[in-house]
Amino acid sequence: MNDSAVSTHGVDISALDREPRHLSLKSESITLQVKDLDLYYGEKQALKNINLDIPKQRVSAFIGPSGCGKSTLLRCFNRMNDLVDGVRIKGTIELDGEDMYSRHVNVAELRRRVGMVFQKPNPFPKSIYENVAYGLRIQGKRSRRELDDVVENALRGAALWDEVKDRLHDSALGLSGGQQQRLVIARSIAIEPEVLLLDEPASALDPISTLKIEELIYELKDRYTIVIVTHNMQQAARVSDYTAFMYMGELVEYGDTDTLFTNPAKKQTEDYITGRYG
Amino acid sequence: MKNNLKNWFRSGSPWVWLNAGAVSTSIIMVAALLILIASRGLGHFWAKPIMEADYLETDGSVSRLIGEIHGSEIVPAARLREGGMVLPQDIDTVKRLLVKTGNRDTGGLDFRWVLERQLRDVGTPEKLMTLERYEWGNFYGYLKEVSKGGEAIASGDAAWEALQPLIERVTTLRDEIKRIERNEIGAINYQLERLRLAERRLELDEVDRDDPRYAEIAAERAAQELEYQGLQQQLHDLYREIGRDSLTGIVMDGREVVVPLSSVVRAYRPNEMGFFTKIGFYFAKLWEFVSDDPREANTEGGIFPAIFGTVLMVILMSIFVTPFGVVAAVYLREYAKQGPLTRLIRIAVNNLAGVPSIVYGVFGLGFFVYFLGGNIDQLFFPEALPAPTFGTGGLLWASLTLAILTVPVVIVATEEGLSRIPRSIREGSLALGATKAETLWRTVLPMASPAMMTGLILAVARAAGEVAPLMLVGVVKLAPSLGLDGNAPFLHLDRKFMHLGFHIYDVGFQSPNVEAARPLVYATALLLVVVIILLNLAAIAIRNHLREKYRALEH
Repeated sequence: MNDSAVSTHGVDISALDREPRHLSLKSESITLQVKDLDLYYGEKQALKNINLDIPKQRVSAFIGPSGCGKSTLLRCFNRMNDLVDGVRIKGTIELDGEDMYSRHVNVAELRRRVGMVFQKPNPFPKSIYENVAYGLRIQGKRSRRELDDVVENALRGAALWDEVKDRLHDSALGLSGGQQQRLVIARSIAIEPEVLLLDEPASALDPISTLKIEELIYELKDRYTIVIVTHNMQQAARVSDYTAFMYMGELVEYGDTDTLFTNPAKKQTEDYITGRYG
Repeated sequence: MKNNLKNWFRSGSPWVWLNAGAVSTSIIMVAALLILIASRGLGHFWAKPIMEADYLETDGSVSRLIGEIHGSEIVPAARLREGGMVLPQDIDTVKRLLVKTGNRDTGGLDFRWVLERQLRDVGTPEKLMTLERYEWGNFYGYLKEVSKGGEAIASGDAAWEALQPLIERVTTLRDEIKRIERNEIGAINYQLERLRLAERRLELDEVDRDDPRYAEIAAERAAQELEYQGLQQQLHDLYREIGRDSLTGIVMDGREVVVPLSSVVRAYRPNEMGFFTKIGFYFAKLWEFVSDDPREANTEGGIFPAIFGTVLMVILMSIFVTPFGVVAAVYLREYAKQGPLTRLIRIAVNNLAGVPSIVYGVFGLGFFVYFLGGNIDQLFFPEALPAPTFGTGGLLWASLTLAILTVPVVIVATEEGLSRIPRSIREGSLALGATKAETLWRTVLPMASPAMMTGLILAVARAAGEVAPLMLVGVVKLAPSLGLDGNAPFLHLDRKFMHLGFHIYDVGFQSPNVEAARPLVYATALLLVVVIILLNLAAIAIRNHLREKYRALEH
């Protein structure tokens, strides 16, 4: 009963087979800072007064029931919502202290610094090599040697190199779903972003591929600030250092994962993580 | 029973039968169409036997008839009696034959209708000979003798032996003459015209007469004219050589006719030909048809310039229409704000595809030829005026007119293709720091390229068969030179051109010799279909290649 990993009204994270992390937001350096964020789709308000700090080189997870706004919030971090007609945003999001919604921001440059991986793998209909080299070619890099190095490193970084090194110039569409998703991650890290946004990256994959992605996330957090949206609470608990629970467009609770799962401060969080709704 | 019928309807079988019936009817109609034009058109090149018979005129007199049978029909006897013909009272119908007697130089007419029941002693003597000629149509009759330089060198059977090498010699000489006239003299004429225009231009610019440029032009012209003199002499010799030999033939009324060999294309005796000789002859004629120039007011010879004009015009049209349609579609789909105005534009574009093609012809004539062409002439070719350069119909204006005619098809197909690119692919590209334009160029447009090709295929199919607008903007019955040749700048966009579709109309309805031309109408129609199929197959091959390359995710 007194075991720190077991709580009277949370979930048992000792079952997740990992050590408690003993983290605290107060001692982290902050990469993304969300201040008083409101987002409207037309008349409908999708995000309500969000205030949130994403710590550097940690994994932060957003959990919550469908339609709670967690993906919308994630897509604010690289301004993907700009593409949707009728979106209005109030408040600020600062990346390393600079407001990314300021008029002077180059959106393409911002997206280069904040990479994103989507729910369904979306490789381009090009070769594996060209998929990884895409971002570099956009930046005008053409030197074969440089591209070769970056492609190899990115594929190694995404734990895909050994599987594809002999068929780099085959179509990326011939890969399995899990391989495609790791290719997309390789494509994103090839341009060395500061932040990596993962929008339910494993939801379309089988359990083994999911496990590989999770291991990959664990390895990548040494170099990147990672924000992951997931439906799967076990996954959030396994891979993340910090977790935010959202409900109906509001941020209900945000804190280090161990505390949030074992000792949630809000009743709604407790109901959700113990499976009473969602 | 009633229940059975109801069950039968509920099972869906009648519906399946209806569908299958509609499909098979379509297939049968297409096949029947192709078979009809193929059989009518391709039969024309088969060596027909020549018939010789005595023809008993209805007034009792007898005359000799030699010719090829080209058709037959049954007519009511009463109609002929009304025409003044004397026929026995007991017959209701008579069969009459269309006989090609040729020899327009002696008989005046190529074709004659004769009543089959009036023919006597019908036969096909082996010695009968057909001559295809450059003038006066075919010759049918017997060979009497062959002359060299006015003196008879062989007669009877020996004459036939002697004739073939002489015809070969004449053919070689003719090819040489044609080569000199078309290529070398054509090039000189082109240069002389260029020099004339250059000089005129200097005059228009009021350049002083002492200017060295005049001297340069004069010198160049002198050089060209010297060369021309040489060629002229060469031609003169060739013409003397080609005019050396002649043959004497006997036609059906017994007269002797002297035919210079220079006007003979080929001589053959169809009645003595075996089956395999006829097959060889058939393919030689077929090859002539697709590779040679027309002669005898387009009713004989080949239609190569028309094939060339059609293909060149369609290719030019594709070059104009594809970028234009794609750019317009990209704007409509990717950049324009999707609102009532965009919707209105889209409806207008779709409706443009339904405007009758002759309306485009009128537009092309008014806008391209008179307005644009007229102004281009004023600005860039004042030296040629009053003769128009671009101020008259030509390849450029015809291709542009057809490009406007087909641009809606390309826009619609491209838009369709763009809308089918998954959103996730675009977002994937944007998330890597690509701008919208980079995303378009590197990912979206390549992936939409099969759809663009589909649009182009539809455009080609429509443009290649279009005739009406072309008649207003540049197609002609007989074009002296092709749009593409060895004279710089090689592609002559201002030239008029021949077109298979217009050729069909011209040969079929504008020809002085409709009976002779009818099989050619079918043959040309078949060729037009073949050309369109080939153009389409090429485009489809490219599209399938692209489709394989940019196969999108199957989400």
